[in-house]
Amino acid sequence: MDNSLQSNYQQPSYFESRSAYDWVWALLVISGAGYVFANYHVLMDAYEIGILAISAPLLIWLGWRWATLQFFSLSVAALSILAISSYGGDLSRGESAFLLKYLFASQSAIMWMSALYVMATATYFGLLFSGREFVGKVASSLTWCATAMGVIGLMVRWRESYLMGADIGHIPVSNLYEVFILFSIITALLYLHYEQHYKTRSLGAFVLLVISAAIGFLLWYTFDRHADGIQPLVPALNSYWMKIHVPANFVGYGSFSLAAMIGLVYVLKSSFQTVRPQGLLQSRLPDLALLDDLMYKAIALGFAFFTLATILGALWAAEAWGGYWSWDPKETWALIVWLNYAAWLHMRLTKGCSGKPMAWWAIVGFFVTLFAFLGVNMFLSGLHSYGEL
Amino acid sequence: MQPSTLSILLRFLGSMNLAITLLVAIAVAAVIGTVVQQNQPYPDYVLKFGPFWFEVFKGLDLFNVYSSSWFLCILGFLVLSTSVCVYRNLPGILRDVNDYREHSQRNALLRLPHHHDFESNLDQQHILTMIAAILKNHGYRFRQKADQNGVLFAAKKGNGSRLGYIFSHVAIIVICIGGLMDGNLPLKIGEMRGNIAVETRRIPASDIPAISTLSTDNASFRANIDIAEGSAADLAFIDYKDGYLLQKLPFTIQVNDFRIEHYPSGQPKSFESDLTILDAELPQPVQHTISVNHPLTYKGYTIYQNSFGDGGSKLALKVWPLSGSHTPAALQATVKQFTQIGDQQLEISDFRPFNVNPDPSGAKQFVNLGPSFQYKLRRPEGTANEYLTYMQPILQEGRWFYLSGMRSKVSEPFIYWFMPADQEKRLDRFMALYQTLLNPQALAAIAQQTADSSDSGRQSQPKDREAVAQFMLKLANQFVTGGYDAITAGIEQTVAADKHQEAGQVYVAVLQRLLKNVYLQVLQDEGIDLNQPLAEFDSQFMLDAIAAINLAHVYDAVVFLEMQSFQHIEATGLQITRSPGKWLVFPGCLLLVLGVFCMFYLPQRRLWLLLESRETGTSILLAGSAQRNRYDFDKEFALIKQQLTQHSTSA
Ligand code: HEM
Repeated sequence: MDNSLQSNYQQPSYFESRSAYDWVWALLVISGAGYVFANYHVLMDAYEIGILAISAPLLIWLGWRWATLQFFSLSVAALSILAISSYGGDLSRGESAFLLKYLFASQSAIMWMSALYVMATATYFGLLFSGREFVGKVASSLTWCATAMGVIGLMVRWRESYLMGADIGHIPVSNLYEVFILFSIITALLYLHYEQHYKTRSLGAFVLLVISAAIGFLLWYTFDRHADGIQPLVPALNSYWMKIHVPANFVGYGSFSLAAMIGLVYVLKSSFQTVRPQGLLQSRLPDLALLDDLMYKAIALGFAFFTLATILGALWAAEAWGGYWSWDPKETWALIVWLNYAAWLHMRLTKGCSGKPMAWWAIVGFFVTLFAFLGVNMFLSGLHSYGEL
Repeated sequence: MQPSTLSILLRFLGSMNLAITLLVAIAVAAVIGTVVQQNQPYPDYVLKFGPFWFEVFKGLDLFNVYSSSWFLCILGFLVLSTSVCVYRNLPGILRDVNDYREHSQRNALLRLPHHHDFESNLDQQHILTMIAAILKNHGYRFRQKADQNGVLFAAKKGNGSRLGYIFSHVAIIVICIGGLMDGNLPLKIGEMRGNIAVETRRIPASDIPAISTLSTDNASFRANIDIAEGSAADLAFIDYKDGYLLQKLPFTIQVNDFRIEHYPSGQPKSFESDLTILDAELPQPVQHTISVNHPLTYKGYTIYQNSFGDGGSKLALKVWPLSGSHTPAALQATVKQFTQIGDQQLEISDFRPFNVNPDPSGAKQFVNLGPSFQYKLRRPEGTANEYLTYMQPILQEGRWFYLSGMRSKVSEPFIYWFMPADQEKRLDRFMALYQTLLNPQALAAIAQQTADSSDSGRQSQPKDREAVAQFMLKLANQFVTGGYDAITAGIEQTVAADKHQEAGQVYVAVLQRLLKNVYLQVLQDEGIDLNQPLAEFDSQFMLDAIAAINLAHVYDAVVFLEMQSFQHIEATGLQITRSPGKWLVFPGCLLLVLGVFCMFYLPQRRLWLLLESRETGTSILLAGSAQRNRYDFDKEFALIKQQLTQHSTSA
């Protein structure tokens, strides 16, 4: 074959098509990971080093796929480092240093996050009613800022826990308060990704509604139950498994919530199609085929991560409880959620069902998920010790 | 031709409807299993559901859903159905993976949602090279076929989703089989065939009959054992139904030490046991420390730190009699062993060296209430009350109290009795007061004195004063045996209704005069000078002591046991498991994750390019189909279309 001719049509390979920014990004991530390794490897066991070694390329790849994430991560990293270094080695500076007290001490950052998410929700509704692109941009920016504050809050909280005592320090995904923050952040990031990729800003109002509800719970939990304090880990949670099991789980929960809200939009839009064909919902919301596709995508992503998370949980249980499966209520409900979405996927992919019934099912699935997430802790007792209400 | 019975059966088993039904059925069963608490003692269920529903639920195996025959049956069907499904789809998928569909017809291609028809004026060789290059760049593999109509490129990429289907569904079969191996199916079968019988009595391990004992051949189990520090065991207990089975181990586990480490705030930080494994086959014993999340695996047996408890701590007790009056006696007792006290049997069930509780003030801190022990006093006829007693006094509103809880039913919460501690923080003064009240002679003397002194003018007859003393004694007696309530009840029986209130006030005043004199007597015996006014502590003490005596009858006990010192011996709770099924389950899990991600993220896509010569040049038909993720395929298709058209006309 004529090689010169072929090179005419040659597209650059994946690595060749990376921009200079992409390589800077990769370099920064690798040096960050290297820094963490150099400074903290004495505190980490082999598994944790493994987790670090996997997260760095993963983050690079995510940043390459989604350029905004690069900017986001770098800003969050810079601000987190700023906040952590303002602490020095002294926890009490959280009360005195201006920057910490009003912005970045984990409690303050999380309050900012809460306020910003609620404002973003209102602004997204403003977009829905006004249809002005500018309002939409503001809404998206608010969501980004809220998410940044949330991540910074968690990062700083991580550091704060170590400032409380070297043996108290742990990753902030260990109780209900912390995972609610994680849930809000992950759901927001997933949504923002879809928003950018599919140009679906008008969905924001509905998706942010779930996040606002989570924020409402978080605030109640903070002010009524005083659950915001950093507590040392109970021995059962003191494991590297927690670092991967919990986040994987919350990618699942976040995607399922996202799918449910898209399902809700689908139901609303298709119900009003004949009643008010000229209405706001019809003109502003994405078309039904896209909604249907997005719903499938979110559930597929959630299902994949939920599978992973449940398996990681089983591996952890094999190490902590003496068996990979104990029919503990939380475990059992994870299975129920998983089976429910497996049935959903089969209905859709092999029986070709789509549209309103599947949208309704996604909404019902959300309540099943919610029960697995919260209801089990509230109503059933078991081995999962974190987060009793 | 009639379809054979087998093929009908296979079609049914492999049908999607059955699969979805089974998935939903398992979900529903799992819900039931979490709503009805599993594997509780049967009497608890009877209490909760009543005898009728207890029988119904027991018949349906609702108390151990996950090992019930019907649940295993559904699981079995799921395995079967998935297997049949894979079996039926496998040939098709393998064919599909290698099939480029190079026999597609123009008409069929035109019917695909993605197609585009255009013409090129380049020479055919050029076009072929270009197409091959573009397809390759997008990651497609292709076959080329030329016949009299023209040239067909049949291209595809992404076998992952089809293989993912096989991976994930085979994984489910593998995982279920592994899980069944580790379940208690063998026990069920053994029980059904009469080789195994569950033991429900609490008897020493050496008395457990052979039919309730499992040999070391048992390949899969999950058993528990508590071993005291310094002791060893070569057996464990499997919880099964409403009893247990004894599992023999092929080695001996010796516990050298058990430790709990605490955070500065007092919450537990780690539980650790130092073990030595003694095995005749070992040249040297294995030493190992296990902790939560860090088990030890030896010979396929895994030993976990599961719980902890008391391993027979030795307690030095002081026995204060609460009826009749005797001097206190010293007693040595051991936790988990029986000791006789008079006609009652003392059964100490637990000892705790710390009681770290949330501060009752609600602030985010913890207080350590110190050591406590829990025990039953069993009467000769077999009934018993249960008690929980703290060793050290506890601060309440700035004053120190000895604390002991009592309950007559295990299901009830403890009712606490607060006894004031004296200035040395000891129980002696309160007990002296209480025992004086229980001592008829001593009390009679004080009553007589009180009666005499209240009549300082000596105007009444000695006979009357004696009657007053008798009355006081009666009141005191009522008070000690039933508190103020008993006095009120006495008034209601003997005094006219319209005088109740008046009588009540008088009676209480009389009683308190007596109590005060008893108390003064106690103080005098302690050597306190009564000519000085009472110290504030001593006055407050009297109020607290009277309040305690008022409630003494609720604390239904013949003795109060004060813990003087202890020697703490802990026991570690180990879980020992053997689960060969995990060697199927873990690889199965890996396969499942792999399969699921492949299924979703490596979708199969096909493209066809049909080239036909025309007078004006070459007509090109581009067509494509994608299994899922249409939106992204739209983009890719548009890009390929654009590249093709651009390169086709540029020359
Ligand atoms: C616990 C049991 C099962 C689970 C968790 C499960 C899970 C899944 C999942 C996640 C998918 C992928 C959907 C997608 O590609 O987005 C799928 C596809 C499929 N499943 Fe199952 N499945 C189970 C049992 C079964 C059974 C019993 C059958 C047989 C009737 C079956 C037949 C299929 C078929 C035909 C597909 C489509 C494959 C394709 O077109 O690529 N599955 N399954």
